[in-house]
Amino acid sequence: MAGFNKIVGSYSEAMAGLEDGMTIIAGGFGLCGIPENLISEIKRKGCRDLTIVSNNCGVDGFGLGILLEDKQIKKMVSSYVGENKLFEQQLLAGELEVELTPQGTLAEKMRAGGAGIPAFYTATGYGTPIGEGKEVREFNGRNYILEEAVTGDFAIIKAWKADCYGNLVFRHTAQNFNPMAATAGKITVVEVEEIVELGSLDPAHIHTPGIYVDRLILGSFEKRIEQRTVRSA
Amino acid sequence: MALTREQLAQRVARELQDGYYVNLGIGIPTLVANYVPEGIEVMLQSENGLLGMGPFPTEDEIDADMINAGKQTVTAAKGASIFSSAESFAMIRGGHVDLTVLGAFEVDVSGNIASWMIPGKLIKGMGGAMDLVAGADNIIVTMTHASKHGESKLLTKCSLPLTGAGCIKKVVTDLAYIEIADNKFWLKERAPGVSVEDIIRLTEGELVVPDVVPEMTF
Repeated sequence: MAGFNKIVGSYSEAMAGLEDGMTIIAGGFGLCGIPENLISEIKRKGCRDLTIVSNNCGVDGFGLGILLEDKQIKKMVSSYVGENKLFEQQLLAGELEVELTPQGTLAEKMRAGGAGIPAFYTATGYGTPIGEGKEVREFNGRNYILEEAVTGDFAIIKAWKADCYGNLVFRHTAQNFNPMAATAGKITVVEVEEIVELGSLDPAHIHTPGIYVDRLILGSFEKRIEQRTVRSA
Repeated sequence: MALTREQLAQRVARELQDGYYVNLGIGIPTLVANYVPEGIEVMLQSENGLLGMGPFPTEDEIDADMINAGKQTVTAAKGASIFSSAESFAMIRGGHVDLTVLGAFEVDVSGNIASWMIPGKLIKGMGGAMDLVAGADNIIVTMTHASKHGESKLLTKCSLPLTGAGCIKKVVTDLAYIEIADNKFWLKERAPGVSVEDIIRLTEGELVVPDVVPEMTF
């Protein structure tokens, strides 16, 4: 691989080095903007005892939900996990740990993790079970709790377009957690719908600069819809 | 008569003001978008990263990459912007959203809200609710006044784990519009045909009742 070219040729190369017990930060909201093929590769590799930091855990049979099938996940750090029967079973059976984290706090934990900020104060969760045991500090008459940043051994990301340097553009609301997740991985792996010629992306329109990206692979995506809602034409 | 879901949404919609950025929660709050008063413009924020949410798509417009915080397919309105989750919660936490409307299991006279967890039942998570109640100054809670068994949801002290502490000032229930201040509920309006006595009976926390309680009109 030469210079800044981040492109890898296979999914096994994309996820090379992933081991049991590692922490993975995943982009996506619901099933929107999830790195579906990277998740499949994690299933194929069979790594276990994984901690996964992601807003949700997919659904039964799709997205991160498929990693529950062989009990590869030890712990989920998420804001909402209600779409998944297998998740419920494993949680109730004590086979799975969950650390529920408010959505904005989760996004900020990733952002801080990637930005070299070890912790931050937020009013979110003060006075609730989420604040219990956390340091509290008052600023300007209001109470805030200290939340720690997260980083991962890997970050797995889905983007729309990239150039070979790993400059990324996301499509519509498939952006969601992906830009923060991309900054917070020791190894950040990105799968994209299209790799465009270097120089063809407007530098001012890049959502995630290539400096955060270690590996890039071209994928094809099912893009399953969770709640298909329409109005009549 | 207790308000219908649609009437609840209509009543909440009267709190909208021209130029408001508004976050609507899942359920009844979502219906508020159908009753934006004529002549005013509001922009809907969806916490997954969309400001300027449009209507649901037609069959032809459906796009898996375009969803709202309820994971429903949506469209972007003209003038919308799309951004990351961190940016979205910067808007919310930073107090830039003018009005947040969300549902709840319970509220109490201290302005506490419980909306995400019933111990003993499966816990699905709080999503963005804790950030929304912590960040917004102007929050309206919509809920039924009491459970099906007649147990009040407007309490002296919330019995369920909190979503936020001391953050709720306005509640629209199926029976009444109530404000919270000075550790009391203040009855402001009643649903058409609902007696003040009924509201008093179904409000467990201290309720201040003025001499005249106007009826809502629809």
